[in-house]
Amino acid sequence: MIYALAVFAPLAGALVSGLLGKAIGDRGAMGASILGMVIAAICGPVAFFQLTAGAVEPGVLDLGPGIESGRFHVDWALRYDTLAAAMVAMVSFVSMLIHVYSIGYMGHDARPRYRFFAYLSLFSFAMLMLVTADNLAQLFFGWEGVGLCSYLLIGYWYDRPSACAAAIKAFVVNRIADLPFAVGIALIFFKFGSIEFATIFPAVAQHAADTYVLFGTTFSSIEVIGFLLFIGAMGKSAQLGFHVWLPDAMEGPTPVSALIHAATMVTAGVFLMARMSPLMEFAPYTLGFVTFIGASTALFAATVGCAQNDIKRVIAYSTCSQLGYMFVAAGVGAYQASIFHLLTHAFFKALLFLTAGSVIHAMSDEQDMRKMGGIWRMIPLTYVLMWIGNLALGGIPPFSGYFSKDAIIEAAWASHSGIGHYGFWCTVIAAFLTAFYSWRLIIMTFHGTPRADHHTMEHVHESPLVMTVPLMLLAVGAVFAGWWFHGQLLGADWQAFWGAAIQIAPGNHVLADMEEIPGWVTAAPLVVGIAGIALAYVFYMFVPALPGQLAAALPWAYNFLLNKWYFDELYGAVIVRPLMALGHGLWQVGDATIIDGIPNGLASLTEGGSAQVVKVQTGSIAVYAFSMLIGLVVLVSIFLLFLR
Amino acid sequence: MNAAGFPLLSLLTWLPLFGGLIIMFVRGDEATVASNARWTALWTSLIVFVLSLVLWVRFDPADPGFQFVESASWLPQWGITYKLGVDGISVLFVLLSTALTPICILASWEAITTRVREYMLAFLILETMMVGMFAAMDFVVFYMFFEGVLIPMYLIIGIWGGPRRVYAAIKFFLYTLAGSVLMLLALLAMWSVAGTTDIPTLLHTQFPASMQTWLFLAFLASFAVKVPMWPVHTWLPDAHVEAPTAGSVILAGVLLKMGAYGFLRFSLPMLPLASAHLAPLMFALSVVAVVYTSLVALAQTDMKKLIAYSSVAHMGVVTIGIFTVNVQGISGAMFQMLSHGVVSGALFLCVGVVYDRIHTREIARYGGLADRMPAYALLFMLFTMASIGLPGTSGFVGEFLVLVGAFQVNFWLALLGSLGMILGAGYMLYLYRRIIFGRITRDDLRAILDLSPREIAVFAPLVILTLWMGIYPSSFSGFWDATVTAMVEHHQAALRAPLHLATVAP
Repeated sequence: MIYALAVFAPLAGALVSGLLGKAIGDRGAMGASILGMVIAAICGPVAFFQLTAGAVEPGVLDLGPGIESGRFHVDWALRYDTLAAAMVAMVSFVSMLIHVYSIGYMGHDARPRYRFFAYLSLFSFAMLMLVTADNLAQLFFGWEGVGLCSYLLIGYWYDRPSACAAAIKAFVVNRIADLPFAVGIALIFFKFGSIEFATIFPAVAQHAADTYVLFGTTFSSIEVIGFLLFIGAMGKSAQLGFHVWLPDAMEGPTPVSALIHAATMVTAGVFLMARMSPLMEFAPYTLGFVTFIGASTALFAATVGCAQNDIKRVIAYSTCSQLGYMFVAAGVGAYQASIFHLLTHAFFKALLFLTAGSVIHAMSDEQDMRKMGGIWRMIPLTYVLMWIGNLALGGIPPFSGYFSKDAIIEAAWASHSGIGHYGFWCTVIAAFLTAFYSWRLIIMTFHGTPRADHHTMEHVHESPLVMTVPLMLLAVGAVFAGWWFHGQLLGADWQAFWGAAIQIAPGNHVLADMEEIPGWVTAAPLVVGIAGIALAYVFYMFVPALPGQLAAALPWAYNFLLNKWYFDELYGAVIVRPLMALGHGLWQVGDATIIDGIPNGLASLTEGGSAQVVKVQTGSIAVYAFSMLIGLVVLVSIFLLFLR
Repeated sequence: MNAAGFPLLSLLTWLPLFGGLIIMFVRGDEATVASNARWTALWTSLIVFVLSLVLWVRFDPADPGFQFVESASWLPQWGITYKLGVDGISVLFVLLSTALTPICILASWEAITTRVREYMLAFLILETMMVGMFAAMDFVVFYMFFEGVLIPMYLIIGIWGGPRRVYAAIKFFLYTLAGSVLMLLALLAMWSVAGTTDIPTLLHTQFPASMQTWLFLAFLASFAVKVPMWPVHTWLPDAHVEAPTAGSVILAGVLLKMGAYGFLRFSLPMLPLASAHLAPLMFALSVVAVVYTSLVALAQTDMKKLIAYSSVAHMGVVTIGIFTVNVQGISGAMFQMLSHGVVSGALFLCVGVVYDRIHTREIARYGGLADRMPAYALLFMLFTMASIGLPGTSGFVGEFLVLVGAFQVNFWLALLGSLGMILGAGYMLYLYRRIIFGRITRDDLRAILDLSPREIAVFAPLVILTLWMGIYPSSFSGFWDATVTAMVEHHQAALRAPLHLATVAP
């Protein structure tokens, strides 16, 4: 079946290029890897359109037995429904473009490139396994698989200490969130007797009244499950508190950033919420928390994005912020909107990262925007593409981001809850900041006087076709995807499109209520977006001295944003260093001094004791006879005293 | 007489010793003796391995009881029989022992240059003891093999070990022996109640509740040291650091499983009341082991010590799983033991590869090996990930099932017991980074060679096993599912039985 082909072709490509890369050479390895991706990028969308056209029925493709132990039973199986198929289509297509782009981008890398392409393909495979999972164990397989691949790719330039540190950070931070996720899976098994979706979802309603006692308090067990799963999603999707790994992930080559931020990895958390929608719908408090975290992250990351100077970091924080939007949508029950934004975001964020890569490529690997400027005439195509990406990100009609982002903001308002309104205000302010930092990026990068040295400026060149063609294809998606899918995904007959893939509670009318909101709410995102753009022009084009003056006037605010709210410093001081010190202390004091002290002490005691005993053995018969006499007296006394 | 039609288990047990005898009679100059000893040992262990595959093929997974049983009268007046057999719990450990021994011999091919004959002899004796221990169906036979394992291992550490080998060997010996004495007392006590040392009979003997606690504690003293559980684990890092590579492999791969196997074979099924009663103690010790030793591993500067501490943490997960006494927990513990046998063995081999080249285990001496040793970097990554418990490798299945099992006992047990997931990722990736990543700064590392064909042959079976167990775990867990299910049911029935009926069986 073509669906399975879409999932496993990247694996085949990864294995061939990774294991045989040395034998068949770089070109052969790249060819194998890209061939696998092209097959996937054909099969994936075809499978998706077949499904939406009603040509085939959704179903499950069983691949063989997985873990079995008593009642516990999972199979390897591919789930084929709208949600999975849409994700497969998007992941395979965007990932294929990133593969092709990488041929050009990595062309100058001194190392053999087969390793890079093997990792990229493996990354895509892990993500495809994640989205097609039919049970939570397989989902966890993909979940951890993307964690591994991100680790390998972030640390791709392994001779750079910063890249190694960022790689470990990404893996470990994700692992911290994965532990509650795994515990949540165990709780699902405990309550439902299975971790297969087909068994869990129909049973949720029966278990809605189940309780679970924790901290001496009785909770609804569905709430506890939802909360634990959401912690996992927070880690993978870099939400507030767990976001620290994402900006550092910029240490990897730029195509990797595009892959992590657009098609794979970070979207997994949002996907999880949508996949588990039949369960999450019964966890209203958890959903409130989801909205709260999502909204806070959207705002937090947008503020930080305004103060960063590394072009990739700005885009990285914008990812963080946009993921917050998606969680807001999921939190208010508009899973359709969150997946819609996920899909449009995949196009325009991949476009943004890859155009940023194109800029970096043109600027001889410079990433600091303060050392760019004045290059828009030299790389006009990249410039135009960057505009398209930012227009989509900024939510300007008719670009794709306008449809999906507006839908989220409206859904937040339409939820008619306090937390929903918190989400609304946060996302509106974040929309303003998003537009501001996006045009700050454009102006600092492309306009003004050139700030790079003349040597770099002489080399500024448009990227080769192998890089620009994928960009143009992504731009097509960034322009049209929103307009095209809007009606199908969010329209009145959304149920026809999604089928059983997304299930909402009977009382959830968010999508319908979105049609009946005040006009100012609908207009707000666009208005603040344009205001943000205007402000960016004032700050960076018309009065370029203003940002510096502002930073000088409010140094604490500027430093607070520049240092990303000091999260890294906090974690370093509160978690990392104390744990290392504790480990050292347990080793030197606990093990070496106390635990080993007892047997070692006994040993020296024995040694010392025997040395003393040796002295008693003098060889004198008189002494021996005297000792025997004493012994006899003691023995007789004991006998007389106690045993009579 | 049994499914194989010939005394398979006796053959598996005694054939290595026979090979050892042949090695004893080799004559000639030193080089000839060494070469002959190596080849004889390799062939012996390979033949034993191939023979043991009969177990894999002919073992009936649906039968929860003992199979391939063979018995011979030994000391009938005492109720002691020479009786061998395997059930779902032990069968794969026999295979693990027979599979790791040839790998160890191959791994020692060039690393051991002095007293090669004696070294190979020690390894073959060790194999006899290990196989005999896992196959024993009589407590006395078990006890003899259980203690017998100590002697060759003691010699391997003490003669072919590193600079502090004598300290480490004696520590190893004393620690493990001290516990064993108490087990002997327990053995005598059980014999005095049941009148026999036949394990299947003991499994169905109900020991008085008051006695069970004492017996359990006596067993605990012996098995806890072997596992090792916190706080009697400190012999392990020393033993590993000083042992030669193959010694570490077999120590981590098989010898550490003896304690947990003892819990599963004796403590849990024979002493159900005490097991249920003292489970909180076991959980507490295990959780402390997981967290404590993981943190200590973070601070290590010696590769072998780091992996040794990680072993303690991994075995903590095993003991949690065993005492959850549900199918998932015990099944997970079994899986974790097998996986750890393969993966930690492989990790010690990875250390051995660079130790053979640079002659140091200090982590700081390395760095940047990925440039010169890509194949090695790939293997090390695979085993690192398996150790961390990445899904798709063997390490995940055990940890995950134990988590599922532990959750049925207590939320916090599941959460705290799985902290190794996070800390393990921390210390293993930190280790990997310091050895494989970074820039090469030293001249001897610049000239370092990637894996030789012999080394690839050593690693290949371990790679296959790691992935096979991770992707298709039920082909392994199928062996013990029936036995474990029966064991759990037996345990629950014993707990339900009214206490006053817990009388002395014939």
